[in-house]
Amino acid sequence: MTGVYSGMPRWLLAVAAAGALFLIVPLTALVLRVDWSRFAELVTSDSSRAALLLSLQTSGTSTLLCVLFGVPMAYALARTRFRGQRVLRALVLLPLVLPPVVGGIALLYTFGRQGLLGESLRVLGVDIAFSTAAVVLAQTFVALPFLVLSLEGALRTAGTRYEAVAATLGAGPTTVLRRVSLPLVRPGIVSGAVLSFARALGEFGATLTFAGSLQGVTRTLPLEIYLQRETDPDAAVALSLVLVAVAVLVVAVAHRIHEGNAP
Amino acid sequence: MTRRLRRLVSAVVVFALASCSNTDPATDGVLNVYAAASLQAPFEEIAAEFEAAHPGLSVQLNLAGSSDLATQIIAGAPAEVFAPANAATMEQVAAEGLLASPSKTFATNVLTIAVAAGNPLGIESLESLTEPGIATVLCAPQVPCGAAAAAAQEVSGVWLEPVSEEGSVTDVLGKVSSGQADAGLVYVTDVDAAGGGVDGVPFDAAAQAVNTYPIAAVGSSGDPASDFIDLVLGESGQEILSSHGFGKPAQ
Repeated sequence: MTGVYSGMPRWLLAVAAAGALFLIVPLTALVLRVDWSRFAELVTSDSSRAALLLSLQTSGTSTLLCVLFGVPMAYALARTRFRGQRVLRALVLLPLVLPPVVGGIALLYTFGRQGLLGESLRVLGVDIAFSTAAVVLAQTFVALPFLVLSLEGALRTAGTRYEAVAATLGAGPTTVLRRVSLPLVRPGIVSGAVLSFARALGEFGATLTFAGSLQGVTRTLPLEIYLQRETDPDAAVALSLVLVAVAVLVVAVAHRIHEGNAP
Repeated sequence: MTRRLRRLVSAVVVFALASCSNTDPATDGVLNVYAAASLQAPFEEIAAEFEAAHPGLSVQLNLAGSSDLATQIIAGAPAEVFAPANAATMEQVAAEGLLASPSKTFATNVLTIAVAAGNPLGIESLESLTEPGIATVLCAPQVPCGAAAAAAQEVSGVWLEPVSEEGSVTDVLGKVSSGQADAGLVYVTDVDAAGGGVDGVPFDAAAQAVNTYPIAAVGSSGDPASDFIDLVLGESGQEILSSHGFGKPAQ
């Protein structure tokens, strides 16, 4: 332990170690419980494959929606000033801290068959109840704030200098956005999208409350894990490990982007 | 500053240790009863009666899905009485050698078709659930209410195509009471507990898909546990259960 002075008291290090163990030990316990002899069979069963495929499809779609709506939202929050902006930002970021089940109930009373918009949608021939679209709505609801938050931060950090220069050189607002602003914060968009994807993939409470649970239609991987746990805890553990692996991948990708972005 | 932090840290550690050590059953005047979520209303009444008859003892009810409770007990939770919603779950715990005595059946429950209050779609039988445009929700076959629903379909020969297979009977009820689904198969006691939001439509095959509730003392539990079980099996316990819509077990 010779060398660089870290400036950190030992007792503080001990508390930090305890905290780290608290986070790491449960993951280790999960890995230790995996029944490797049945692992391949468990994660490739019909219901597991259907759940994984559905999860990837819905999370992918949700991420696209998050980028589509989140980029303009972040832009509006970072580059404009208007009355009530702080309140609006707080409201838009609320799903970050809201229990997902509350989000599910809110969606139910908005898009549900007897919800605020449900009746009108039904007249138009759109029935969202128990459809894959309901899963995408639930995931987008919880994931969108992640993209808005991370991109708004990136936009503020990037500043408006280059944009102002481009404007004085005669570029219109759309050209500035396309040629200057967006390329400048591309890492922010990508890492925001990765975070949104991860959040959508893990969505459970809102989906369960709002969309239901049917193999291949609404039963995503977290719902499948929750159900398998009833009868086959080994299958639940094996599928959990798949989600952990995806999470590790997501963290690695997000980390790389940040590294690449660092000055 | 450091002293204050140190004090805070030791307080946290002591609290953590203290909350880990409180696992000795019954010595602290608490009887831990693990019961299926559907038993909430009658077991709260029975617990109150038990506490009135046993001064100094209080009943701690842990109400959750039967499989969750079984998992907790097998993992070493301090349960003294276990009352799941089906025999299969009790057998899981029995297979681990955790029961103090053989389990006894204390109640039965049958399925019913939950529909919106007033039955606006005029649902009369299982067959009406197969009509086009009727959104029916069932429990997944993995949970007790789903096993009962599968048995009812088998007996009646009517095969339903659910729009969703939920993980618990309360989720099925929630989908019907919120108007998302038109109908769902739940227990008669669930409709009873839901109040005015939903109505129950009885159907023939339900009588052949009866769900039985077993009860047993767990581990090295003492007299309070067997007293509680006697109360549930006895006249007043049975009266409370039937007032909530539960059936009496076959003798």
